[in-house]
Amino acid sequence: MVALYATRAGRPQGHLDPFRYSCKNRYSEEKANMEAALLKREFAAVLGGPLDWQARPEPETVDSGVPDIHLPRGCLTEIFGPASSGRTTLLYSILAAATGRGELCALVDADGAFDPESATAAGVHLCKMLWINCANSVENALRATDLLVQGGGFGIVAMDLGDAPQRTVRRISLTSWFRLRRAVENTPTVLVALARLSNAKTCASLMLECRRERSAWSGNHPARLFRGMRVRATAVERRKACTPVFTAKAI
Amino acid sequence: MYACLHGQGNLTALAAEFSPVVERTAEETATFDVSGLERLFGMPQDIAHAIMRRSAEVQVKANLALAVNPDAAICAARGFSGVSIIPEGDEAKFLGTLPLAVLAPSEELAETLERWGIRRFQELAVLPPLGIAERLGPEGLRLRELARGEANRKLAAIEDPLCFEDEVELEYPVELLEPLAFLLSRLLTGLAMRLATRGLATDELRLRLKLENRATHERTLRLPVPSLDTKAFLKLLQLDLEAHPPAEPVVHVWMGMNPVKPQAAQSGLYVLAAPEPVKLELTLARIRGIVGEGRVGYAEVLDTHRPDAWRLACRLESRHGKLKACSTEGFRRYRPVRTAHVTLASGQPGFVAANGVRGRVLEYAGPWRTSGDWWTVDPWQRDEWDVALSDGALYRIFCSPGGWFVEGSYD
Repeated sequence: MVALYATRAGRPQGHLDPFRYSCKNRYSEEKANMEAALLKREFAAVLGGPLDWQARPEPETVDSGVPDIHLPRGCLTEIFGPASSGRTTLLYSILAAATGRGELCALVDADGAFDPESATAAGVHLCKMLWINCANSVENALRATDLLVQGGGFGIVAMDLGDAPQRTVRRISLTSWFRLRRAVENTPTVLVALARLSNAKTCASLMLECRRERSAWSGNHPARLFRGMRVRATAVERRKACTPVFTAKAI
Repeated sequence: MYACLHGQGNLTALAAEFSPVVERTAEETATFDVSGLERLFGMPQDIAHAIMRRSAEVQVKANLALAVNPDAAICAARGFSGVSIIPEGDEAKFLGTLPLAVLAPSEELAETLERWGIRRFQELAVLPPLGIAERLGPEGLRLRELARGEANRKLAAIEDPLCFEDEVELEYPVELLEPLAFLLSRLLTGLAMRLATRGLATDELRLRLKLENRATHERTLRLPVPSLDTKAFLKLLQLDLEAHPPAEPVVHVWMGMNPVKPQAAQSGLYVLAAPEPVKLELTLARIRGIVGEGRVGYAEVLDTHRPDAWRLACRLESRHGKLKACSTEGFRRYRPVRTAHVTLASGQPGFVAANGVRGRVLEYAGPWRTSGDWWTVDPWQRDEWDVALSDGALYRIFCSPGGWFVEGSYD
């Protein structure tokens, strides 16, 4: 009995004061520990292996419209890459998949760069997508995103900082990103941020780096056509990384 | 006890001053329930005196009759001039001398009764009911009951049109929004309670503020779904007044609510979660306060070939039908389009320079010539090129009568 007590306390047996605790308290604690150990053992037997009781459950993921890319709900996902790297195509694909599922989405457009025509062509149901044009104000975009995430009920909340000056975007403090991450935590919303470079750092659960591999042109002048481009999106997660490739067509 | 007014003037309004249950029996007749008025006025004679005094004040010329049943009161008011008070149990005796024309029988029945020599109430009242039923049917029996003053029924009361409005006259002008919010809260709570007691909600709030310079400041808030959430209403009004403040201090506040049936919807287990409509409206109002009016909504592509033709709608009807999702090239627009300096080589773009865009043309496709609306006052025409520049990006540039522009980038 004393050995068990010493193990729990993590101290050598010689340092124990046998009169410090009453026997009754000792027996009840030991009994509780034993019951907990038995319960864990039973759970492990049912679930097929030992469980990490401190670990949080994996977040539910949603389809992004691109094979092998799944976005975690209740987390911040960052899409970044230079101009014409396929970031917007990926964002439209995510929005198309979400609105196709019937979810209400919101796009906070810091620069008013959203093109409804190409979004419709990409399959986005515009009647399910709220568009907030912040007219070249990153600060307003942050405030609007915060309000939308706090309001709740959206499937996707996307903040597009793709054309904002990098110097301004860099000025967004990590506290703001952390606030957004905390606001979206434990909600079914997927928060997506689009920018030229990665800014959210550790606040992002998933980072998707887009890179254009090549552009496709066909025909000869004057009947030459821009056909599309091949984009490589590198998903960087905490534990795993995958590099799916998708093709975006111009026409 | 029932009272009947028969004459000229606004009888309904006069009756409504004495009773909440008023029946518009005919064009010149109004019947109303005066039960309980004896506590206010005393005897039936006193009640009749009060009604006649008020009718003289509002210039209503009418006969008045009081009886224990409405039909007896109606007959007396139509048959006797002045004030008639029929004692309980003496209806047949009181009404006996009236002509049968007061009952307005059908033409056929009136002719039959005329042939029988029956011209007054008392003559019809003494006839045996079985004989009348055999010869004249149910209508004859009803006339006999009326002639005896025994018919009893409930009044078909006029229902007031539902009107949910309230106003408050201020003793001194209010300049700040915060004290005004207290008044708005009071009006909202009262109106919402009135709606709730009738099982109604509202989908439209109207606010009319009279200003110190005698001008009127009107605001109307439309809600996506009927609601009774006074806190949300107050916040919406506050945000709206912050965005559109009155020009002068406020001296009078009027508020109206549009009564509608509340929307009852049961959500299912498999229905996707969506923001609560009123909460979403509140969030959008807050965002409008940040980014400005006309920048929040659902985009709707217009049915035209004009580039970048869309409009923002507050709410769009859900369109059923599946869009064909294909991985189409995303396009980012520059709003407004950026003026460009384009160097041509052999009639084709060779170098493009604009704000934030600069590079040698590595690859191009075009020109694609489009035009439209030439039949209107605002025609357009352009030659478009898709170009890959040496800065690594793909752009759409166009040449119009106004010069060269960069429209946006493929991304």
